[in-house]
Amino acid sequence: MIDIFLEPFKYDFMIRSLITAIASGAMLSTLGPFTINRNMGFMADAMAHATLPIIAVGVFLGFSISELGVPAAILIAVLLGVIIKNTNVGEDTAIGIIFSSFFALGFVLISLLNVTINLEDLLFGQILAVNTSDVYIVVFLLLLVVTIVLLFFKQLLFYSFDPIGAEVKGLNTSFLNYLFLILLSIAIVGSLQTVGIILVLSMLIIPAAAAKLVSNTFVTSIKVSIVFGVTASITGLYLSYFFNLPSGPSMSLVATAIFVVAFLSNKIRKKGSLSTVTIS
Amino acid sequence: MDTKEVNSASTPLIISDGCCVHFGNTPALESVNFSIDKGKKVAVVGPNGGGKSTLFNAIAGLVPLEEGSLTIEGKNPEDSKGAVSYVPQKDLINWNFPLSVKQVVEMGLINRKTISIFSRKKINNKIKEALKNVGLLEKIDENIKSLSGGQIQRVLIARALAQDADILLLDEAFSAVDIGAQEDIMQLINSINLDGKTILIATHDVNNLEDKFDEVLCLNKHCCAYGDPSEVLTPEVIEEMYGSHIDLINNAHLPSSKNND
Repeated sequence: MIDIFLEPFKYDFMIRSLITAIASGAMLSTLGPFTINRNMGFMADAMAHATLPIIAVGVFLGFSISELGVPAAILIAVLLGVIIKNTNVGEDTAIGIIFSSFFALGFVLISLLNVTINLEDLLFGQILAVNTSDVYIVVFLLLLVVTIVLLFFKQLLFYSFDPIGAEVKGLNTSFLNYLFLILLSIAIVGSLQTVGIILVLSMLIIPAAAAKLVSNTFVTSIKVSIVFGVTASITGLYLSYFFNLPSGPSMSLVATAIFVVAFLSNKIRKKGSLSTVTIS
Repeated sequence: MDTKEVNSASTPLIISDGCCVHFGNTPALESVNFSIDKGKKVAVVGPNGGGKSTLFNAIAGLVPLEEGSLTIEGKNPEDSKGAVSYVPQKDLINWNFPLSVKQVVEMGLINRKTISIFSRKKINNKIKEALKNVGLLEKIDENIKSLSGGQIQRVLIARALAQDADILLLDEAFSAVDIGAQEDIMQLINSINLDGKTILIATHDVNNLEDKFDEVLCLNKHCCAYGDPSEVLTPEVIEEMYGSHIDLINNAHLPSSKNND
């Protein structure tokens, strides 16, 4: 039985894929609970789509997607943060404009610069193609994200819960705002090869949403979100290997299955506690 | 404008001298003058959009002044962060976060440094002490969302106590709270005030202010009146704030009505 589980890892590319999948899953699901509780899902989706023109130019200049990681992430986060802050059309509308226009610009640049990119891989992920340096970069990005979240956890939580109270207390809320946007952007750019531009949101949002349904505290929801995210990444990778399925969509669907189970167990638990109250 | 003369023996803590705040071209506060002494309980009243929250934001250093000056112990509000604790309106807090009462009170001890200057034991003691002062120690591990509106206000006041700020700004502390809970909050404010804290509360209710507060600041973009509630809350001031709706207010407490008795 155990041989079946170990079988894929007789290939080096599967070991690289597994490490990348775990790192991406853990990175996205660490930030997921902050993202869903701050209603920033649409912002995260826009960030993912805004990477396309940067990737087009970067690949044209000879960089790989993972090498673009941190600089691209900072550029996207600052760009989006500044544009949203300085346009008075409403945050939702500003995000929508950036989302679609950057995505369109990406396609135009790929065509104009004649960049050789497999668009399907970029949109839906192609984890089996990661090389050793990609693995190192994604693991480095995971360590960077987790370290910064741990260091600034209380400040980020205070700012997310009560931004006015945090500013009055003397916290640098502008710094915390951009710090979170950059972390989110790093996690997104670092996970593009795993799940792609379109599906990166699913690995950010779905494990966190499922964790919220079965957790009582915010800290627990982060821990459970990481467990769900990593489980979805590993299971998705196995499914893609054994059934010859695309890896990104497989991970995304496993995450959705986890959410459905969490949703149903939450419903059953609530119904159970309701009938206990009625009987008593 | 009625402005209470500052007692020479008292210490002015917050001084507003012609304070003006604009949002774009729209004035939110114009030429507001007052001087609040240390240890006072002050009600800030006025209509919606009258500038109560804007004034609190200015005292907290969140909005820049267009003209005039506002000082806290002689310093600019931006330099006085930490001395002021702000309990904002309930709808400005993100209730999506499933936080415990303990985590919320601990926010009063968080500063810019990533590593706390207090030991874990000291932090826990401060949290417990603050919660004991607001009578909610037994709720320490409960989810903040499971508490009533009045209890949430008391937890946010406990956060301010943990911070050990000299000035407490409570924005609409009595809204969406039942009468019993309002009484509890008022009792709590009285006990905090006895410890020398200066407390400003924005409220819509102008009834019985003289029983609850040392002073009242009446705002409708400008300062309509400031001073002892039993002296300054005249029908003219009420009308200046709320237009012709004076009949909605229990005028048995107004100075002119007392004169008629």
